[in-house]
Amino acid sequence: MALGLSVIFGVVRVVNFAHGEMMTVAMYLTLVLFGALKLDPLVLLVPIAAVLFVFGYLLQMALINPFINRPEHSQFMLLVAVALILVNVQLIVFGPDAQGIRTAYSFDSFQLGPLIVDAAKVYAAGAALVVAAALFAFFRFTLLGKSIRACADNYEGARVVGLNVKHLYALTFGLGAACVGAAGAMLMAVIDVTPAIGPAYTLLAFVIVITGGLGSMPGALLGGLLIGVTEALGGVLFTPSAKSMFAFGLLVLVLLFRPQGILGRKAS
Amino acid sequence: MKILEGVPRRGLAMLAALLALLLVFPFFASGYLLAIGFLILYFAYVGQAWNIMMGFAGQLSLGHSLYVGLGAYAAAALYVHFGLSPWIGLLASIGTCALAGAVIGFLAFRFGVAGVYFAILTIAFAEFARIGFDHFAWVRGSSGLFLPVANYTENDLWNLRGSPRMFYYLMLGLTAGAFVLCHALLRSRMGYYWLAIRESPEAAQALGVNIFRYKMYAVVLSAAMTSLAGVVFAFYYNNLFPEQIFHISRSIELILGPIIGGIGTLVGPLVGALLLTGLAEGMGELLLALGVDVPGVKQVFYGICLLVVVIFLPHGVWPPLARKLKLDASGK
Amino acid sequence: MKRRQFNQALAAAGALTALSPFNIVRAQSRTLKVGVLLPRSGVQAGIGQDCHRAVQVAGGILGDLGLPALDIMNGDTESNVDVARSRAERLIAEGAQLLVGAFDSGQTTAIAQVAEQRGIPLVINIAAAPPITEQGYKFVFRNFPTAPMILGDAFANQLEVFSAAGAAPKTVVFMHVNDTFGVAMQKGFTGVMSKFTMPYKVVDTIAYDPAARDLSVEVAKAKASGAQALVLVSRLNDAMLITRELVKQRWSPMAVLSMGPGWYEDQYLKTLGKLGDGPMSFVPWYDPNKKLAKRLEAAHAKAFPDINLNTNHIYTFEALLVAADAFKRAGSADPKALADAIRATDIKDNVSTGPGIQFNAKGQNDKLKNSAIQNRGGKLVVVAPKGASNAKPELPMRPYDKR
Repeated sequence: MALGLSVIFGVVRVVNFAHGEMMTVAMYLTLVLFGALKLDPLVLLVPIAAVLFVFGYLLQMALINPFINRPEHSQFMLLVAVALILVNVQLIVFGPDAQGIRTAYSFDSFQLGPLIVDAAKVYAAGAALVVAAALFAFFRFTLLGKSIRACADNYEGARVVGLNVKHLYALTFGLGAACVGAAGAMLMAVIDVTPAIGPAYTLLAFVIVITGGLGSMPGALLGGLLIGVTEALGGVLFTPSAKSMFAFGLLVLVLLFRPQGILGRKAS
Repeated sequence: MKILEGVPRRGLAMLAALLALLLVFPFFASGYLLAIGFLILYFAYVGQAWNIMMGFAGQLSLGHSLYVGLGAYAAAALYVHFGLSPWIGLLASIGTCALAGAVIGFLAFRFGVAGVYFAILTIAFAEFARIGFDHFAWVRGSSGLFLPVANYTENDLWNLRGSPRMFYYLMLGLTAGAFVLCHALLRSRMGYYWLAIRESPEAAQALGVNIFRYKMYAVVLSAAMTSLAGVVFAFYYNNLFPEQIFHISRSIELILGPIIGGIGTLVGPLVGALLLTGLAEGMGELLLALGVDVPGVKQVFYGICLLVVVIFLPHGVWPPLARKLKLDASGK
Repeated sequence: MKRRQFNQALAAAGALTALSPFNIVRAQSRTLKVGVLLPRSGVQAGIGQDCHRAVQVAGGILGDLGLPALDIMNGDTESNVDVARSRAERLIAEGAQLLVGAFDSGQTTAIAQVAEQRGIPLVINIAAAPPITEQGYKFVFRNFPTAPMILGDAFANQLEVFSAAGAAPKTVVFMHVNDTFGVAMQKGFTGVMSKFTMPYKVVDTIAYDPAARDLSVEVAKAKASGAQALVLVSRLNDAMLITRELVKQRWSPMAVLSMGPGWYEDQYLKTLGKLGDGPMSFVPWYDPNKKLAKRLEAAHAKAFPDINLNTNHIYTFEALLVAADAFKRAGSADPKALADAIRATDIKDNVSTGPGIQFNAKGQNDKLKNSAIQNRGGKLVVVAPKGASNAKPELPMRPYDKR
């Protein structure tokens, strides 16, 4: 999920404040499809990512493109409005109660010596790595991927060379949205969804992405890992209810001393 | 009067009429409208304070609820524990927030954190405060700080215990004061430095303007002004919960006004607050009249309206409105 | 230029006059206008909408009891304190003669102040923070136990349960959510516990963030404490998270004793299926042997067949019951008369556990009793106190891996 945000910000340079809300859309979609088709959410991952891709692409083309050169606060307002609409439509359609899905492995765990590991999370993590690898390969090895990276590195140059930047931006946003879609499907295997959980995830995505490095994919993964460990350690060593403070503390340190993130490149 | 120079007579007349209207408003408004009036003024004031940091110094702060909360808790805690009047307590509020603003400003500017990164830094600090205050026993942490309520019949201005009407006038005073202050600042030398820093930092620096110092002034002033809103909030609602007052949704709420109204303009925050609160209540009324009782519908329409305004009026509502009212020169 | 402003001002004045109270002169009517304020959207939407279900069922039952009709005006506080206040003002401006609400302590306090200032009675359905009835209000009444009351009865009921089941844990670990309710309970815990001779002692206390998405660390810590049983104050989402962690981390405590919401809610039972059986909740509840309770149960089951009757419904219903009953005795909708009538309330034929509904001088019903319920077979049974129960408790809890 953080990957999606990294991709979006790294290339299109738009801060997607509706990120978490888009993910809850994906989660609800997973819920509905699971109910109708009874397919495992990790399998549903693919069609849901596709749907979110289209959604993201359209969103970018229709609403966001005109905003690229506008000041940050305008972009921010736009996405806040979108987030507000998404959350409340979900409230109206799905109601406020938490809804979840149960798969065969929802409660399984593996025992590795003294460690007990949650099975569902392992599967989801595996799926996440696969998606990340696919994304990485896309950007590295395909022509389209390289064009997008070119756009990110040098907007004017890309246009001079003849790349259809608007289309590529929309494509990128779509890709970011697809990541979010995949994340949503994976997350449904692990937690329940309510309309209200979106904003917390948006914040989390930002924390992870900035810590790891905007525009850097390994960075996003590393960031996720780092934040997870920090929170867990903070929870164990101090009082668990304050564990988010440690994540934010880390964020502040990163922002001050290495704003491009741990694995990011300095912005040109 | 020197302070009024540069304002066209049309503008002055409209302001005077507006002020008159606001002054007599409580006398023929129901309790409901008075509550709405208070909210509009509150958001106008806080929006104006935020505007200083954003519109004047160009720093997007998405964690302004930090200052509201700190200001509120400082004055409220002193009142609850020591019976100290909020007029004295507010000195502590201002001090705390000025300090907080200074710290954030210092960290940000010295380390070159700008734009989106600055915004996220402010969010981090607000969240830090939210979780921190949840564990802060002296202010009762997450169980909430309740101010003892004495009576509602007499207005005790010294202890800020009284009727909604008293709070309305208090807020009106604050908002008017902020308005005048900002106007004066804009016309002062500092105002021009801010304009320079906002429009072209390199040029300003080349001309010898100490960017760091003036940005700090803006941040600290904004924080200090916001703290006063927190003080009023605490005594008006009589209870504080860290989860609610430091929450990011509050930060977002209070910047909607100035963004919709027009960043960097003087009247923007007021117009924005009026429009947004009016819109929210109006939507509620409309839905009620249509017999729709589905929760969430109002927010969807509200979001759509926001979307429309943001797309079609990128500089806010005030600039085109000012043009219509022929107040162009005094748009600021 | 000037004319435009003048016209605008005139229009504004006109609109304001139309909405001001001068217009609302009503003859005494047979129905009472009751403004019901609940968080039906925003973060607390789930609970607000659940409370609302009781509002929908109440009318019929109250009518059958021969009580006057209530003209319900719904207000959505949107889980926000500003909106709560302005909604309360709005409802009063529209003619509400009595207010009911609002679940959240912060929002309820804001509404209470409005009620007190306008001299309109407020009957609080749910809000556990003690300070609300300590402010010396004359128009605010709460028919819901405070955190200390819930705690005291929890211990008493636990003792009863232990003796009925013939088993008791010797050590417990106390987990609680770090929000208003959770902290209030935690603060009172040791103090109230010392008044009872409990067979167990608390070996560890673990607080967690209400917005936590993952509680594996907390549950691991709890398991590591070596305690036999788990005592908790949590919310619905946490309850589900914690249960999942208990299963995944392969820890089946001897008992799960909850002193808050979550563990008995429909969503919990539905989502966890047979893994949801066993936990006991010590909460404000209804007395299944009372006549009115049975009636409410039946009406509720008819209107909402998939939803169990729970605390939200019971206390929201009782707030409306108090309103209708006071209106009948007062004979008028004059707010002062209503307030006095409410203060003199004495309803013995009610729904919640305890001797009935009465208010002390501070406006609090301090005679409320709380029950102990247990999840069994996807449904809820009441296991304590004696006389208000309908089943025997099952202790120790069947281990998760044997279900």
